Amino acid sequence: MKILVCMKQVPQKDAPLKLNENGTWIRDDVSYEVNEPDAYALEEALRQREKHGGEVVVITSGPPRAQQVLREALAKGADRAIHLEGDGFVTLDAFNTAKAFAAAIKEESFDLIFTGLQSDDYGFAQTGVILAELLGWPHATIIMQLEKSDSGIRVKRELEAGFFQFVDMPLPAVLTIQSGINKLRYATLIGIKQAKNKPLKKVSFDETKPALGDNLQKIEKLYIPQKTKKTEVLEGPPGEIAKKLVEKLRNELRVL
Amino acid sequence: MADSILVVVEQREGKLNRVSWETLTGAQALASETGWTLEAAVAGSGIGDIANEIAANKVAKVYALESPKLEPYTPDGFVAALKQFVEQKQPQLVLMPHTYQVRDFAPKLAAALGRSLISDSVGYKYEGGKLLFTRQMFQGKFAADVSFVGEAPYFATFQNGAFRGDQVQAGGALAPVETVNVEVADGVIRNKPEAPFKEAKQAVDLTQAEIIVAVGRGIKEQKNIEIAKQLAEALGGEIAASRPICDSGWLPMDRQVGSSGQTVAPKLYLALGISGAIQHVVGMKGARTIIAVNKDAEAPIFEIADVAVVGNLFDIVPPLIEEVKKAKSA
Repeated sequence: MKILVCMKQVPQKDAPLKLNENGTWIRDDVSYEVNEPDAYALEEALRQREKHGGEVVVITSGPPRAQQVLREALAKGADRAIHLEGDGFVTLDAFNTAKAFAAAIKEESFDLIFTGLQSDDYGFAQTGVILAELLGWPHATIIMQLEKSDSGIRVKRELEAGFFQFVDMPLPAVLTIQSGINKLRYATLIGIKQAKNKPLKKVSFDETKPALGDNLQKIEKLYIPQKTKKTEVLEGPPGEIAKKLVEKLRNELRVL
Repeated sequence: MADSILVVVEQREGKLNRVSWETLTGAQALASETGWTLEAAVAGSGIGDIANEIAANKVAKVYALESPKLEPYTPDGFVAALKQFVEQKQPQLVLMPHTYQVRDFAPKLAAALGRSLISDSVGYKYEGGKLLFTRQMFQGKFAADVSFVGEAPYFATFQNGAFRGDQVQAGGALAPVETVNVEVADGVIRNKPEAPFKEAKQAVDLTQAEIIVAVGRGIKEQKNIEIAKQLAEALGGEIAASRPICDSGWLPMDRQVGSSGQTVAPKLYLALGISGAIQHVVGMKGARTIIAVNKDAEAPIFEIADVAVVGNLFDIVPPLIEEVKKAKSA
């Protein structure tokens, strides 16, 4: 099986984020990491290759810093990487990002494309599904299990409120992968060494541009959300905070 | 049909998903602000009852998009049906609840029409003729006001809890219901879904718990779960967790609170080291009192907390256990 994994670099989970001067985006002097569901998507691709053979290719779009995500994926065992490199990719909406990916893989023939189910920055949860539509492939979202079948694949979709569902579908297909589908591996030293010699293809924003359209949605303003709730802040040494909390639990909430 | 709003309500196995009422409430408010006509649609097979249920509310018209091929749900089937319908009706705006089913087909639907979907909105603004949808970004740390560019129809989904479903306005007379027999050609539907099932019987029903002590990534290591358990025990409550904790196997899946776990509304929700990602918050924001302990003062959990303790949970929890025990034995 030949599998493409779409990955994204996002700000680290507990990184303090600040707005830029125009209030349109965050300041980019923060630490970044791989978007968590994408890491699970990569792991699933590697496991499928170990079972069935084939190739795992990783792709990302973003400025030069985003290459780190690809390097890590290559160190974990991906065979090669594609970097749509440029600042221009950061502000693309989901439709355009999907168009950029579709254009970049025009000459390839994948059996499967994985994305994480959503990103921790924009949180669109759309790029994978739109990519399927652009390619004319079937898709399934929020996948928790994947097996090869005679006619294609059999996947387990997560539904709401603890429900799941098995779906049989033909290949090629796009799947959006849920966190927790597997256990992540670490890169080995030898893997990190080998990664340096693996192919990493770069595609510039200008090369991609003909495939893109106008963004169809625009962030007018980014801001810290207004609080709707009155929050009481407890401060002081831990012992005192504990006393105050218990007082609250007993006298105000009456749960003690 | 210019200047109209179409709400696509969600049905699963012939039942209306209650979150549809929230979207309808939001759409009613938007319709009265803009003066646009509000219509609703439901897609499926044998969905007349649902269409009638919607028609009892303040909507101009309800469409039942019927085809035997729409049961069970598949993204291919739903997109085929809704694409024809939206192309023909040309509403200004199509609104849907941001459910797992909608996220499965709505991006495809919008893309198939060459249009854009603003997903997971928590509200809207209509200012000087400009329509903006507000969505959370960076896991709730920021909010963004987003506008549509280009031509309608525009698509947007509303997050669970964005509006009050119990505030939906009833209509006067029953709105007219039109059944539209949609054509889904052979071969269009490629996925073959099986019936939904529950994994294992859930041993714990967190929805009944009055006190919940929940842990998130801030707990750091599996062995640290123990102090949270001790606190839950001292309080006479249940232990719960955000998704990453259950994914790591530190607590069983039936202890998970959030969009993919249980939705709870206890008297007290004590969140320890939980950042407050949207997926978790939708499962617990109905708690009467939320106390959050987190070392990151910017954590989104504090947006919805009644009581905020900015500090290290490992410093706070041990003395808290002692104080609770003292109070109980007093």
